[in-house]
Amino acid sequence: MTTVYDDVGDQAAGDVPMRRIAFTINGARKIAEVEPRLLLAHLIRRGVGLTGTHMGCDTTNCGACTVLVDGKPIKSCTMLAVQADGHEITTVEGLASASELHPLQEGFRAEHGLQCGFCTPGMMLAAKALLDVNPDPTEEDVRWALSGNLCRCTGYQNIVKSVLWAAAKLRSQSAG
Amino acid sequence: MTAETAAPAAEFGRSRLRKEDARLITGQTNWTDNITLPGLVHMAFVRSPFAHARITSVDVSAARAMPGVIAAFSGVDFPEQGSLPCAWPVTPDIVMPPHPPMATEEVRYVGEAVAVVVARDRYAAADAVEAVQVEYEPLPPVLDMRTALDESSPKVHPQGNKCFEWVFGNGDIDAAFRDAPVVLERNYRQQRLIPSAMEPRAVVAAWVADEVTLWSATQIPHVLRFALAAFFAIPEQNIRVIAPDVGGGFGSKLQVTAEEVLAVLVAKRVGRPVKWTESRSEGNLTVHHGRDQWQRIRVAADHDGRLRGLSVDLLANMGAYLMLVTPGVPLLGAFMFNSIYKMDAYSFRCTGIFTTEVPTDAYRGAGRPEATFGIERTMDELASELGMDPMELRRRNWIKHEEFPFTTIAGLTYDSGNYEAATARAVELFGYHDLRAEQERRRASGDPVQLGIGISTFTEMCGLAPSRVLGSLSYGAGGWESASVRMLPTGKVEVVTGSSAHGQGHETAWSQIVAEKLGVPFEDIRVLHGDTQVSPKGMDTYGSRSLTVGGVALNGACDKVIAKAKVIASGMLEAPPEEIEFAHGVFSARGGSGKTSTIQEIALATFAAHNLPDGVEPSLDSEATYDPDNFSFPHGTHLCATEVDTETGEVSIRSYVAVDDVGRAVNPLIVEGQVHGGLAQGIAQALFEEAVYDDDGNLLTTTLADYLIPSAADLPSYITDRTETPATTNPLGVKGVGEAGTIASTPAVVNAILDAVRHLGVRDIPMPCTPERVWRAVQAARESGGAR
Repeated sequence: MTTVYDDVGDQAAGDVPMRRIAFTINGARKIAEVEPRLLLAHLIRRGVGLTGTHMGCDTTNCGACTVLVDGKPIKSCTMLAVQADGHEITTVEGLASASELHPLQEGFRAEHGLQCGFCTPGMMLAAKALLDVNPDPTEEDVRWALSGNLCRCTGYQNIVKSVLWAAAKLRSQSAG
Repeated sequence: MTAETAAPAAEFGRSRLRKEDARLITGQTNWTDNITLPGLVHMAFVRSPFAHARITSVDVSAARAMPGVIAAFSGVDFPEQGSLPCAWPVTPDIVMPPHPPMATEEVRYVGEAVAVVVARDRYAAADAVEAVQVEYEPLPPVLDMRTALDESSPKVHPQGNKCFEWVFGNGDIDAAFRDAPVVLERNYRQQRLIPSAMEPRAVVAAWVADEVTLWSATQIPHVLRFALAAFFAIPEQNIRVIAPDVGGGFGSKLQVTAEEVLAVLVAKRVGRPVKWTESRSEGNLTVHHGRDQWQRIRVAADHDGRLRGLSVDLLANMGAYLMLVTPGVPLLGAFMFNSIYKMDAYSFRCTGIFTTEVPTDAYRGAGRPEATFGIERTMDELASELGMDPMELRRRNWIKHEEFPFTTIAGLTYDSGNYEAATARAVELFGYHDLRAEQERRRASGDPVQLGIGISTFTEMCGLAPSRVLGSLSYGAGGWESASVRMLPTGKVEVVTGSSAHGQGHETAWSQIVAEKLGVPFEDIRVLHGDTQVSPKGMDTYGSRSLTVGGVALNGACDKVIAKAKVIASGMLEAPPEEIEFAHGVFSARGGSGKTSTIQEIALATFAAHNLPDGVEPSLDSEATYDPDNFSFPHGTHLCATEVDTETGEVSIRSYVAVDDVGRAVNPLIVEGQVHGGLAQGIAQALFEEAVYDDDGNLLTTTLADYLIPSAADLPSYITDRTETPATTNPLGVKGVGEAGTIASTPAVVNAILDAVRHLGVRDIPMPCTPERVWRAVQAARESGGAR
């Protein structure tokens, strides 16, 4: 693996500050060299090349960049890549297995929980964090758990239904 | 009929799950910001911190010298940058000031670009922006439309602050008001909104020799290509514009932007592909805003509530420059203030005004939400003045079902509608009479939390638009749409549409149209769009036009395929073409041999071309263009119940019922989704959102922490239903649904709030109706003696 810095002018090699970090993303161990100021969202999108994580605001408001860090929903636009050193990240690409979709993905499709789809990966990961601790949420629980994730298309009603659909499926799977 | 030939389930009216979702839920979407190309470099813009200033110098030399920086330019480095186009000169004497993509002499809003740096990555580009030295001589801002035309006001442009005045009317307005038993005047503020598509704008431009490809998060790849050719002297045949997956638009991406033009020019200058993706703050400062009107509305009525006349006088904020359709947006409302009501006379005047704020332009509904708010608020006020139930007042004035087609006082001919049916259904779902009874009880008991009921019986004109009408309104382009159907040899189908989807679900709905028409399986159809090389002709997606214009074009293309296939089938079935029948994907000879041939078999036979009738081309592929004769007129009745805490000002929506009539629904699931999203945006205008400038012209709402887009926790669930009165103006009977919810819901919510506190003496609350504003309005009414 190599990173080439273009157009460095008169910068010397040591002028580019670098930190080496190790992290796990969607179950795969990675080591990367990153500028200390690199945002986690940019590491995921550009460095790892997982473009399912989207950036909608840069100020921690919209939640499009939500990923799970050690199972907790984190807005990756305001976390530095170096802070992910030693941690485990889950992105939308880590939801489905090779053969089947995650129930949240099925639910969003079945209940028309998305239109343009830009907020959807973040929504699904925030919802996963909810369902991991509360497998049988009320509509109100879902609305509050997703209140840090904005959607401009759906009016949220079908997103809520999608999450409840997934919750029911996950419960039936664990019961079965 | 045997089991094999049984009619398949109808595709029309079927809630198909969306084809688009497979890539969107798995993170495989192709956004513009995903694109990487060899040698790609990144642009970042230096933007004005002043609302109004003269540029005295721009020095980019320090930025150029920074590591990782490839180039830096100011506006004077691009004499070829020209002026961003405005396609809608609404009057012959409209003032259309030059609008360079990068300002060279004067800046007129905070955020206007003055220089651009090009660097190896976003981070280096952001660093270099800080090193550009710009000196300004501040000039006074112009921020209030109501004083902008005063002699003493500073001028945004040398020609002054008046952009245009547009007048329109019908009937004898003076007679309507003369001796009218009831005359009411109300003044409403349509606050400035920020469209806020979730995907920020992004652009990539790449030249290979003299050909340029522009990827953009745009609603209008076709219009953009035309604009680049027509206004920036790039040969049209050398331009390819691609709108990959686009994350929402709502009108904000119906634009030809400075950043798109500069990406093309800068990429050529530096000889490398360039990319730019805005931050949200940059977007709030520079993506065109919506609404922003002062409305003065006068209505004259008889004692029994019959409307005599309506007079509308608007001030419409253009912002600092005219963008693609800026001046036309408020004029779309000119035809909608009269809404579903009959009256003797109507007059409309709109004055477009320049200010030192971000230009305004289309935002979901574009002119029609403003008009619907104005008339629906006024109807409630008139009902109050008359002591009449506001629904009864509407009922007495609306166009009756048996009166369609009906030519309104504004000159539009509404082809169809059934306001009685939609209202009856809404009243039933809402429990209107029970809620009124509860409201009475709570008023009588002096409950600190009062109940209000808001009504919005709305219509809209959509399916933009008949080209001749656009021409008569001085718009610079047509309103047709194009579609092609390609029958592949194996019987599968490729559909090419000029409608450019950005979240609506065209790939699904268009597949349903083709499956219904051609009888091929839904899964066998692929819809291609959003790339001028793949779909060369189109007018794109806005104004609830995709299905009502583009879908109808596709219907026509399918008809042509069937006609061609019938000729080929006649050879195979040994019967004359006029005796060939087609149903559910199967061709048969009427009363003949009993031989049949499927459309797939005919596709393969056409491809092989061994036995085609003499003179018949070996192709079923067909293209159709549709230019509508009329707009379509969806309508509906929306009812909102709010609980208003008179002690804290807090408003909560207790129930919301929307019964919409959008004609035939191709996919009810998608229709419902469009209504939900529209409701959310309209409710957001009523309760949450406002773009706020300070006294110096700085935008204060530059982040989503300051500009309050509601979350799931801020909004209720809605009860939605439909009545179905097919449009008679197109063969599909469809009307359009993209904007309906937004248009209807804002006045429903505000009417409900006012209905809760009107008996306390409150007459109006400016939007957004925040707890503070509601509380202050209630306090002020109490202090001034309460109810009249």
